[in-house]
Formats: sequence, C-alpha cells, structure tokens
Amino acid sequence: MAFIRFTDRPAFRNPWVEFERIRQGLDELSRSYAEKGKAQIRANVYPPLNIYEETDRMVVTAEIPGVKPEDLDISLEGETLSIQGKRDSRQDDFTISYHRREIESGSFSRALALPVKVDVERISAKLTNGILTVTLMKAAEATPRQIPVSAE
Amino acid sequence: MSEHELKVQEKQSARTHGESTKNETFYAPQVDIYETEKEVIVVADMPGVLPDGVDLSLEDNVLTIQGWREEEKHGGRMVLEEYEPGHYLRRFTVAETIDQEHIEASLADGVLRVRLPKAAPAQPKKIAIKIG
Repeated sequence: MAFIRFTDRPAFRNPWVEFERIRQGLDELSRSYAEKGKAQIRANVYPPLNIYEETDRMVVTAEIPGVKPEDLDISLEGETLSIQGKRDSRQDDFTISYHRREIESGSFSRALALPVKVDVERISAKLTNGILTVTLMKAAEATPRQIPVSAE
Repeated sequence: MSEHELKVQEKQSARTHGESTKNETFYAPQVDIYETEKEVIVVADMPGVLPDGVDLSLEDNVLTIQGWREEEKHGGRMVLEEYEPGHYLRRFTVAETIDQEHIEASLADGVLRVRLPKAAPAQPKKIAIKIG
C-alpha cells in the first residue's frame, strides 16, 4: 500500500515546510544522542525484559539477580503474563558499616500483554544465575502452518 | 519487611583500560560494600555469570572484579529489547590492608560475594577505658 505523507509532497506554497525541516533536524539530533544509534526502549517497570519470538514460541528473559526461585511468582491470566517477586539483600547485623550501598531491596511486579495466544499447559520458567527465562509455547491456532504446494 | 518497589537502574558502562579489540560491552555492576570488624565484603550483581567466568584480582590495593558471561543464543525475532547483556567490570581501591591469602568468593543467584579478610595489624584494637 502506498502511503504518502502530506509533508512528502512537493512543497508548493506550503507554509509549514520550514517547520517540518526544523522538526526533522531536531529528530536527527535526538537520534544521534541515542546510544549506538539503536532504538532501545527503556523499561519503566522492573525488571527490564527482552522478548524473542520464534515460530512456535515466545521467550521472555529478564535479569533479576539476588531473587530466589521461591520468591518468584509467575502467572498467566488470559493473555497477561505477570511476574512478581521480591529481593532482600539487607543485612540483619547492625555492627557492620556500609561503604557503598547500591543494591536495592524490595518487591517488584510486572504485567505483560502477550501479542499472541499461548498454550496455557506448555509454559516453562527457569531461573539460572540470576537470569529468568520464561518459554511460552504458542497456541495451535497462532502457530503458522506450512502449506505444501503441489505442482500439477 | 517494608514493601519498597524496585526501580529500574540504568546499566552503567564500565571504564576499561584501553579499548578492547572485540566489540564487547562491559557494565559496572551494582555493588554493596560493607565492613565488619574482621573483613570487608563486596557484593556485586552479576546476572548471567557462571562461577568459571569470575576473575578477581587484588594488586596494589586495587580490587578488580570481572565477570564474563556466555553469549545467549536466542532464535527468532526480537520483539522487545529493554536491556542489553554484557560482561561486568569494576575496580575499587581498597584502603585497608587485606590478607591476600584468604580472599574468598561465592556466587549465588547471579550475585557475587567477595570476602576480603583484613590483615591482622589492621584489626582495631579494643582500648579499655577505666573510669576511676
């Protein structure tokens, strides 16, 4: 489908063309500040997720160091995957003195709307070395079917 | 336990000595460092690093923590990318005299814990005060 933006047309007596040129220039400027020129979406909610889609499954990964498997709760409701958990790195000992304290303790909860229907029965999650990997198999109707072509 | 919500902490690139020939990213892990009477303990978040991938060294009072992580292979198309995996590197200047022979490290759930025992003379001497 051809998609022509209003601003892509020749600028015959278009009073806004100069504004458009400035806007594009600003866009380019802000893009050049983005790291490695890669459009990385910054997560607002902990934990940041990476999601991969394969033909038959969706794989969700997250870095959650210090979270124990028993403190992690993953559930699927309809097409919403929720990941909840907590981390407690605080020390009970009061005789210690901190030099640096950058690791936070607390709870997290993140819900994610899945773009495809998944098979509820075939979901697996594992936590190894602080990395969570959730594998969701797509539902049969969402898996692409190969259609053989026969020549006559 | 007070329910504090965890926030996303931006990964900070680590400063390396000279540029690497390989195009690899190093991040500075988040750390907690605390001191007890006998030792200094460094706790560092290094998700994805296996025990074999940890490199520790203490030279001229500079503690270097390095974590190598294996490349994750994922097939298919990336739908969402909110974090970028990378190796870990961070250096600290340790003020105390450390007993180099007895440094211990353990790794659990992606968290590295290094115990640096203070050398004997550095341990504080208790001075008894007599009130007469």
